[in-house]
Amino acid sequence: MRSNLIVLTVAFGYLALLFLIAAWADRRAAQGRSLIGSPTVYALSIAVYCTAWTFYGSVGRAASHGPSFLLIYLGPTLAMLVAPLLIRKMVRIARAQRITSIADFISARYGKRGGLGALVAAIALLGITPYIALQLKAITLGHAILTTYPTLPADTLAASPFWTDKSFWVALVLAVFIILFGTRQLDASERHEGMVAAIAVESLVKLVAFLAVGLFTTFMLYSGPSALFSRVAAQPSLAGVLSLDNVPGGQGGWLGMLVLATLAFVTLPRQFQVLVVENVDEAHLSRASWLFPLYLLLINLFVIPIALAGLLLGDAALDPDSFVLTVPLAAGLETLPLVVFIGGLSAATGMVIVETIALSTMVSNHLVMPLLLRLAHRRPARYKDTVLAGWLLGIRRIAIVLILMLGYLYHALIGETYSLVTIGLVSFAAAAQFAPAMLLGLYWRGATHAGAVVALSLGIATWAYTLLLPGFARSGWLDDTWVNEGLAGLAWLRPYALFGLEGWDIYTHALFWSLLFNLGALIGVSLFTRQSPLERTQAALFTGALQPGLWSRAVTGQGQTTQGELYQLLTRYLGLAAATRIFAQADASTQTSAHARPASPSLVARSERALAGALGTASARVLMDSVVRGETLDREDILSLLDATSQALEYSRRLEQKSHELEETSQALRAANARLRELDRLKDEFVAMVSHELRTPLTSIRAFAEILHDADTLPEAQRQRFLDVIVHESQRLSRLIDEILDLARLESGRMTLHPRRLDLVELVRRSTETIQRVLAERGVTLELDLPDVPTPVSGDPDRLEQVIINLVDNASKFAAPEHPRVRLALATTDRHVRLLVEDNGPGIAMEARELVFEKFHRLENTSLNVPPHGRPRGTGLGLPISRGIVAHLGGRLWVDDAPTLGGACLLMELPLAPDEASTT
Amino acid sequence: MSGRRHTARRIALAILALLLFSPPVIGLFDIPSAITGLSWLPLYLFCAWGGIIALTAWLQSRESVLQEMPSLTETRSDDARHEK
Repeated sequence: MRSNLIVLTVAFGYLALLFLIAAWADRRAAQGRSLIGSPTVYALSIAVYCTAWTFYGSVGRAASHGPSFLLIYLGPTLAMLVAPLLIRKMVRIARAQRITSIADFISARYGKRGGLGALVAAIALLGITPYIALQLKAITLGHAILTTYPTLPADTLAASPFWTDKSFWVALVLAVFIILFGTRQLDASERHEGMVAAIAVESLVKLVAFLAVGLFTTFMLYSGPSALFSRVAAQPSLAGVLSLDNVPGGQGGWLGMLVLATLAFVTLPRQFQVLVVENVDEAHLSRASWLFPLYLLLINLFVIPIALAGLLLGDAALDPDSFVLTVPLAAGLETLPLVVFIGGLSAATGMVIVETIALSTMVSNHLVMPLLLRLAHRRPARYKDTVLAGWLLGIRRIAIVLILMLGYLYHALIGETYSLVTIGLVSFAAAAQFAPAMLLGLYWRGATHAGAVVALSLGIATWAYTLLLPGFARSGWLDDTWVNEGLAGLAWLRPYALFGLEGWDIYTHALFWSLLFNLGALIGVSLFTRQSPLERTQAALFTGALQPGLWSRAVTGQGQTTQGELYQLLTRYLGLAAATRIFAQADASTQTSAHARPASPSLVARSERALAGALGTASARVLMDSVVRGETLDREDILSLLDATSQALEYSRRLEQKSHELEETSQALRAANARLRELDRLKDEFVAMVSHELRTPLTSIRAFAEILHDADTLPEAQRQRFLDVIVHESQRLSRLIDEILDLARLESGRMTLHPRRLDLVELVRRSTETIQRVLAERGVTLELDLPDVPTPVSGDPDRLEQVIINLVDNASKFAAPEHPRVRLALATTDRHVRLLVEDNGPGIAMEARELVFEKFHRLENTSLNVPPHGRPRGTGLGLPISRGIVAHLGGRLWVDDAPTLGGACLLMELPLAPDEASTT
Repeated sequence: MSGRRHTARRIALAILALLLFSPPVIGLFDIPSAITGLSWLPLYLFCAWGGIIALTAWLQSRESVLQEMPSLTETRSDDARHEK
């Protein structure tokens, strides 16, 4: 299974599979059925972060430096937590300005200057090439271990010429892959669908491979984690391996590494490529913000078991960096090591592919293209008719091959002396130098171009002095006396203890000094330099990128040029097809007759964007400046627009608050208005009813009075009867007016009661005596059911008497015509006393029980109660007034079923008066 | 302004994660196990890490519910600008 032929067949077969996947995804994209438009694919493509360094190096680092291997993954977890805020902003800017790489991003932020872009590209090339070398080294090493185990692979590697080195051929195949799928379109800001699909698949392959070896180690080699840990317990030498003491630099080193990994995650060119340039939809970010950390957690789950198993193997496991391969190999397995090798290959190739695309775009757009443009500018005659569109892809392809060869060269020449992790961290520290210019530039409008240039230069110089050059010296490339004794023998210039800062691990030390100088210069220089107008605009656009509606309104050109000139420029740099398409999108004519016409602002803006996508923003700006006269963008306009936008946001926020308050107030007003209308209606009704009620007795008084007045021949008896009626009606009238006044007082709250402590039983007796005569007239039997003990309540005796009389009088009116009976009972509960008045009349229907308490409401419908004269028996105000009085005294009055007599039953409940002692 | 609340929650979660992953908190868990002699630190880190991931996923599920409804504040501020 491990013969060279089989290993090579499987490896190159795997690469061929990648070609197929990429080609398929590209075809699907061309058909408009993209494969990569999902957050899961996006998260998997971000997992290109896990390189061969993760695959082999994590176990190595765990074995030698304890839990610090996790920091490389905790950092990105932190960064992804804020991805929906930070990365979303970058994605939005990149989309609007057709940003193609991190060099493009930084150069665009600081006024689209070519020089800054070139600086970033050069730093990336310098810092990242070793990282590519590291991947190739991992492939070579993996292959060597797989085919020669248990012999030590180092000897076989050094002696052989490069054409027998497998990673050389892998690099060549990758070059073909990247050229095929990475340079399909001229526009580098377009997505590389095929490549992203292949990367996502690679991420799955490496995860599965690593989980496979982890599961094997934990559950098959040892029968579970506890078995493994008990073996470790038997080896006291392993006891401290996972503790913090084993982490280089201790707690300080821990923090340094966490910061380094967090920053590198967003600044590594390949991460910028997959996070920002290849992002299909910003909404994917929020799902990826936990999916990707979950991926990292899974791929690290078995690192410690494998590391421990490797350590338990002792010498048979070789170098810790190769434990992933040697643990299954030592167990005598054949297939699993091959799977592991493919996993490592997928991790390495994924990284190389994306990194090379990112670097080649930077190299072609920021290093080569500006030179070419300058050359064309200097000798216009010679380059006049050259179509540069074809050149650009050519340059990018050559750059791809050169970068890969550079990586291979680095691997072949220097790679031997570094362990995997070392190279990776050196690259991380180089990429972290982009962080201040990029991240601060996103949130601080005042960061200037000069500040960014000085910051990057100082940062990378410090990085080179404290990390890169000492590394070279350690490898024997340079004399290393200066490393130990300091430059020119000055002890404070020792690269690993700069200015005497000792006791830190070299990465934290380098990161601290380089970021200190970097950030310090960015802030310091920015505060003392001025921004150019374009830079000010760009700074405002970048910092305000997330304001809604900004981009759609911001980019309108104001400069003047003709359509012909623009058409010529686009044809020359982007090709005929692209130029025609851009003109068609802007509704402009490509006819020669239209060439003299001025180009519309939207056409100018569109053209610049298209050029930026292909050549980078800086070169696009140079080209547009060569044909457009006057301002291409009204910058002040944009600045004022930005201010207006933020003001509008503020206004709208306040407006919203005010409108909310207004809504509440108007709600309250509406309610009050409704109440007023209701009261008004009630008042009208009341007035109408009162008039009606007053008129009835008045009419009869007047009628009888007129009779008496006109007819003097009336017999005395009749005259007397008429006078009786007049007196009776007059009494009724005055009673009615009294009651109306009572009611008015009650309702307006002006009724003053004089509550005092009294005995309700006694009051009831007195009241019933008062009414006894009336009852006797009517023939009503009154039954009293009173307790023997006094029942103290607090109340106004006159008013309470009025209520009781009213209740009894009422009941007597509604009692059955034959043998009318009324019963009055008193009962006390804990805190209340209940007075019950019932009759043996027809009772009150359930639905009418509340109506009886309405003013002038009478139960007139029941035929029984209609008196012979058709006149109502009461004023219709007794019960409402009674209820008002009772309510005033803190009690209640309601209608219930009669318990014994079966007719109507009115219940009055009053609170019992407190004990004598507590009342005054 | 639901967007602001989500932003604040995200940032709070990131700060919590930073605290959990940094000294001195990690130092509290760097205790050797009584049985194997290995430090508890890696186990703690994996647990804290998993917890943070779960919280982020939970937060995202809440965000996406809100995202499905068109934000009132956004349209209103747009209107305000048009009127301006």
